[in-house]
Amino acid sequence: MAESFLTEATTTTTAAPPPPAAPAADIAPVLAVQGISKQFPGVLALDNVSVEFYPGEVHAVVGENGAGKSTLMKVLAGAYRPDSGTILFDGAPVVFNHPSEAQRAGISIIYQEFNLLPERTVMENIFLGREPHRMGLIDYGKLEENTRAVLKRLEAENLISPTTVLGTLSVAQQQVVEIAKALSYDAKVLIMDEPTAALASQEVAVLTTLVRRLQARGIAVIFISHRLIEVFELAQRVTVLKDGQKVGTALTKELSMGKVVEMMVGRVLSDYFPERARPEDIGEVALRLRGAGNEALRDIDLELRAGEIVGVAGLQGSGRTALAQAIFGVEPFRAGAMEIDGRPQLFHTPRQAIRNRFGYVTEDRKHEGLTLKQPINDNIMLTLRSLQRKLTRAFRNGTGGDRDLALELAQRVDVRAPSMEREVQFLSGGNQQKVVLAKWLATGASVLIFDEPTRGIDVEAKASIHERIRELARAGAAVLMISSELPEVIGMSDRIIVMWDGTIAGHLPAGSSEAEIMHLATGQSELRVTSDE
Amino acid sequence: MTAITPTASSPSLLARARAWLRDSQIPPVYGILVIIFIAAILLDAVFGIDDQLFIFNQTILTNILVRSVALGIVAVGQTFVMLGASIDLSVAYMISVTAVGASYLMAGDPGRVWWTVLVLFGVGLLVGLVNGLLVGRLKINALIATLGIGLILRGLLNATFENFAGSVPASFQSFAYDTIGPLPISVLVLFLVVLAGWFVLRRTKYGAHLYAVGGSEEVARLSGLRTGRVLVVAHMICSATAVLTGLFVVSRLRAGAPWVGTDGLYDLESIAATVIGGTALSGGKGGVWGTLAGVLIFSILDTMFNQIGIDAYMKQILRGAIIILAVGFYTFRSRAEQG
Repeated sequence: MAESFLTEATTTTTAAPPPPAAPAADIAPVLAVQGISKQFPGVLALDNVSVEFYPGEVHAVVGENGAGKSTLMKVLAGAYRPDSGTILFDGAPVVFNHPSEAQRAGISIIYQEFNLLPERTVMENIFLGREPHRMGLIDYGKLEENTRAVLKRLEAENLISPTTVLGTLSVAQQQVVEIAKALSYDAKVLIMDEPTAALASQEVAVLTTLVRRLQARGIAVIFISHRLIEVFELAQRVTVLKDGQKVGTALTKELSMGKVVEMMVGRVLSDYFPERARPEDIGEVALRLRGAGNEALRDIDLELRAGEIVGVAGLQGSGRTALAQAIFGVEPFRAGAMEIDGRPQLFHTPRQAIRNRFGYVTEDRKHEGLTLKQPINDNIMLTLRSLQRKLTRAFRNGTGGDRDLALELAQRVDVRAPSMEREVQFLSGGNQQKVVLAKWLATGASVLIFDEPTRGIDVEAKASIHERIRELARAGAAVLMISSELPEVIGMSDRIIVMWDGTIAGHLPAGSSEAEIMHLATGQSELRVTSDE
Repeated sequence: MTAITPTASSPSLLARARAWLRDSQIPPVYGILVIIFIAAILLDAVFGIDDQLFIFNQTILTNILVRSVALGIVAVGQTFVMLGASIDLSVAYMISVTAVGASYLMAGDPGRVWWTVLVLFGVGLLVGLVNGLLVGRLKINALIATLGIGLILRGLLNATFENFAGSVPASFQSFAYDTIGPLPISVLVLFLVVLAGWFVLRRTKYGAHLYAVGGSEEVARLSGLRTGRVLVVAHMICSATAVLTGLFVVSRLRAGAPWVGTDGLYDLESIAATVIGGTALSGGKGGVWGTLAGVLIFSILDTMFNQIGIDAYMKQILRGAIIILAVGFYTFRSRAEQG
């Protein structure tokens, strides 16, 4: 089906990978896997996969969750040993028993969750395990000097000081430290797992610049991403995996995004987003904020009506998450007024918010949304049980009644799992998010706040989450949806608010363009203010 | 804490003092230490059972320091393992083994002191090695592994000895009782142990690696560190400090009995002193100077309780309350810093 997208380059080594780093036809791949398979209990994670990576190319690996991308990356980085197949590095077969062996050979990997120590300084992090020393004593002068040199190669020496404690840096700066660490190993191959997932748009630009610098040094950059826009911006070639098999490798310039999605899911996704609300669907004002503010926010004026989805766009640190947390009573408002269904009410604790039928799907579902080691049904019932006043009722329901409710809710949001007793840590990201959703359905929440509802979730599950969110709105819930992905904000929202510097920079109607949103999000004066009322 | 800075007479000075304290990297526990010291003086002035304030009594001041030696030395070792996100519950039993072993093997003969000390350190390093291998290599939960080893040590000891056995020679007791000028040798030893601990943690590769392993074992492993080995060494250091504490204890008591370590609560109190000193239970953060302050807090409290005549059980209740208060204060403080 997808064979037509294959270029010659993937099947024979003679054809050249593309510009700007176009190697001549005789350039050999720096890293190649041939016929790699990896079996996990119950899953064939990689099935006879062969890919080649060339010096100076940016190569994206895409696929749904569970397609085998992460397994492939871990095989390349020496974290997993394949059951069969060969890895060729600089043309010679290699076997890595440990990630540090691959790293010393010149293959570095940057995981989505950074492998850095927040309590230690930048320089201690970069040279951890390789500190310059004399007789066991660290030579701090040299350590600092070496760190400066590495940062300089990334032209980041003015951005980050070697002696700063890592935990005080922003996510984007920490990523630079990760890249510097990789570079300090004289990496020839740099693998990045979802490098943009935690970054705001303007930070992605910094990353793009860094990647180009690495590329110019002849480093092969391999990255996994769910964001196809970035795949097409950054990568010259893309390899698509599905169910552990390679669907194909192709030049991005010869592909369209639609085709890549088609390759990933094996079918055409005609409609990404569910239909928007019709005017008659939109009801009363469920939540009103007037001049609300706290340490992180100021002058927030906002109305949220039953039946509508209001998208919240803004860069990292613009106050999007702070807004959600303030409404929900995590970091309460200290100024201004909040009204719920027309009566003044401010939440000081999340419990108060939940009692008032508010729900908050946080951006960090693994730490804030789920108790990972508990089974699905207990997760779904967690919030509801905590609300039940009578202990006896909680007990009685705990045995029979609410198991049925949990099952019903799980089916409603389409959680796919072998059993309700399955610990949620073993579910895919998409299914985990559905469990969080079911948790709030259980409480009958009528105002729902979503913070990055589809972060790290594969394309198909994403569409399913979007459909569920819209269903909730159709059923009368008022939805506030925060997202870093502009297509998601634009595609889902009935109205869009854009945040900047702790306040609302502007309101935009449904279907506004990315340019309009970015204009407001970068703090340029309000382009246009549409009347909500 | 900064409120007690004597120079802080105006707000700007106060703010400056606050900033200086923040940048100085002095562990915050020293604030608590100062508060408790002042509180002890005040309590002594009001409720003291004799006329003299302890602060003017050199014997009592020295006694505070000497009291800190036994717990202080082993707490330095405990700090090492806790920085590595491990813990050692076997130290109290190791102290008993050392105390009994020393008095039994030396049998009052000055000629046997040195090889006995060597043998005991050998035993200590072996126990530490086993602890470290169980925790670092076999990944057995540190609480369980070290408790198990401790119980084994206790069993072996109780099967062999029932009471005080043998004695150490008088010459060996100079470790506990002699002074250089006004300074007791034992206090000097404690100070050297703390200094050595600080040096290893802050200046050596090993120290940096221990913080890394405790901060995140995964990060350390992926950076190519031999995390198991780092933990093994930490446990060996910890057991060696337990041996040194055991030697000090037996040098004071002249003979060791199987219960000296456990009766001294060296396991739980070394952990408490380390935590009060600011070392995170989850590892990767803290240091030995903080632990020293934690130990001194315990000693000052004990001395104060003696001075104002509080009975032994009340003492325990107050100690417990103060541990909780101190750790609660940290939690509150770090939350305030984040917010």
